[in-house]
Amino acid sequence: MAVTTTSRKTPRKQAAQPRTRRTERRRGVHPLVLNFIALVAGVAVWAVLAALNVESLPGPVAVARQAGDLIADGTLADDLLASLRRVFTGFALGTALAIPVGFLMGWYPTARGLLEPYIQFFRTIPPLALIPLAIVLMGIGETPKVFVIFLAAFLSCVVAAFQGVVDVDRTLINAARVLGASDRVIFLKVVIPASTPFILVGMRIGLGAAWATVVAAELIAAQEGLGFRMQHAQTYYDLDTIFVGLITIGVLGLVMDRLLLLAERRLTGWQERR
Amino acid sequence: MTEKISFRNVVKTFPMKGADFTALDGVSLDIADREFVTVVGPSGCGKSTLLNMAAGLDEPTSGEVLVDGGTVTGPGPERGVIFQQYALFPWLTVRQNVEFGLRLAGLAADERRERSDHAIELVGLTDFADALPKTLSGGMKQRCAIARAYAVNPRVLLMDEPFGALDALTRVQLQDQLLDTWSRDKRTVMFITHDVDEAVYLASRVVVMAARPGRIHRVVDVALPYPRTEEIRLSPEFGRIRNEVWHSVYHQGGAPAAA
Repeated sequence: MAVTTTSRKTPRKQAAQPRTRRTERRRGVHPLVLNFIALVAGVAVWAVLAALNVESLPGPVAVARQAGDLIADGTLADDLLASLRRVFTGFALGTALAIPVGFLMGWYPTARGLLEPYIQFFRTIPPLALIPLAIVLMGIGETPKVFVIFLAAFLSCVVAAFQGVVDVDRTLINAARVLGASDRVIFLKVVIPASTPFILVGMRIGLGAAWATVVAAELIAAQEGLGFRMQHAQTYYDLDTIFVGLITIGVLGLVMDRLLLLAERRLTGWQERR
Repeated sequence: MTEKISFRNVVKTFPMKGADFTALDGVSLDIADREFVTVVGPSGCGKSTLLNMAAGLDEPTSGEVLVDGGTVTGPGPERGVIFQQYALFPWLTVRQNVEFGLRLAGLAADERRERSDHAIELVGLTDFADALPKTLSGGMKQRCAIARAYAVNPRVLLMDEPFGALDALTRVQLQDQLLDTWSRDKRTVMFITHDVDEAVYLASRVVVMAARPGRIHRVVDVALPYPRTEEIRLSPEFGRIRNEVWHSVYHQGGAPAAA
């Protein structure tokens, strides 16, 4: 999710970055136009493959019709809301815990020494690998799903928050100290703003991880949700629905990432970009 | 003379594998109230360490650092520090940076505004009061840092190679500006530099330090009147003092000082 982020700029950003604008002019075609051409070409290739009946692939039209049906009877909206609710609950809990824990680890070497082994250990386990355990311990309700999403978001974000605190420029802290700042003020007025860019990057990675995890978690045990819908469709060989599910997941993931990127630009516009 | 800053037999050692490394070996120095003293010396002579001790950001292994007769135990707003790397808070505007210390002092909004207006005007950044540091040039950033230090009205200014990262032209401009501000409202200044010309032009006394171990090599009096002007900068007397300082920095007897 994080890969495509740097290539597109809002018009305001372009005005501030003459180099980008110049490269675009030399190339002659606006990147958004290229993006659109790629999209159309992709759909065309898909339509051709479907028309040739490759692996009985459903065509764009069939998928669009199915999407219309799923929207009309409310299934898609229900599934979407179910998945989003899980993601946001897990993501909110994960980042809400990750930020203070990351700060603690960055600020107090003792906390770092005590917590880091666990964080590094659990980071190496894909959250999905914990689903069997979570289901045994927490049943098949919402709890285990939210839990693994929480864990995915937490682990991605905590390391970023921690790194953000560790990387705060010492001279900024000294500058605040000589102006009479206490440790508390330094933490609130220097450490937190200085580590915001790191935390926001952590949140974007965390949201990506949470989104990836929810769908997989729903594949295993759920009564609704995008993952469940595709799993269900699989048993009926309902390729149309699977395609609708996949496209929805992709579009939604992209939208969420863009929203966070926008927040990031807003909150960290003060950064000197090299 | 009434001394404002006193270093009394200050020793600083850092534990190393084997023998300890001695950064400062028994430094004693008195800086008078409202005096402008510059400190020059080869890198590794401990001049920044000395300044950090006066700032309260570092402490001596033995010996004592006194400001206004009291032992320095930590940083405080009565001692303003200006760093080579500007150390502006990048998420705050020029005005917000300047008001940072005033907020900590608990000043009311209108008084903060008045004091920051004055400090910003003093360094000629009035038109940039609402700009973020990223939009400023190096010289403007340092002027903002100077305004931030001045705003809290410290009696002592500790400047650690403040113009070290600037181009020669900007550097000369800021030197004149600093002297101008200083002569209108005299404070005690301890100014670290590696530029001999700068050291002589600004100071009434130049402290030349030697390295390995860090110690005071010589103190050169600069018997030139203030205000310092271009005329003084180009005068034979300036040249003579400059040569004297240059000589004691680069030919400290025995092994040549490593740069």
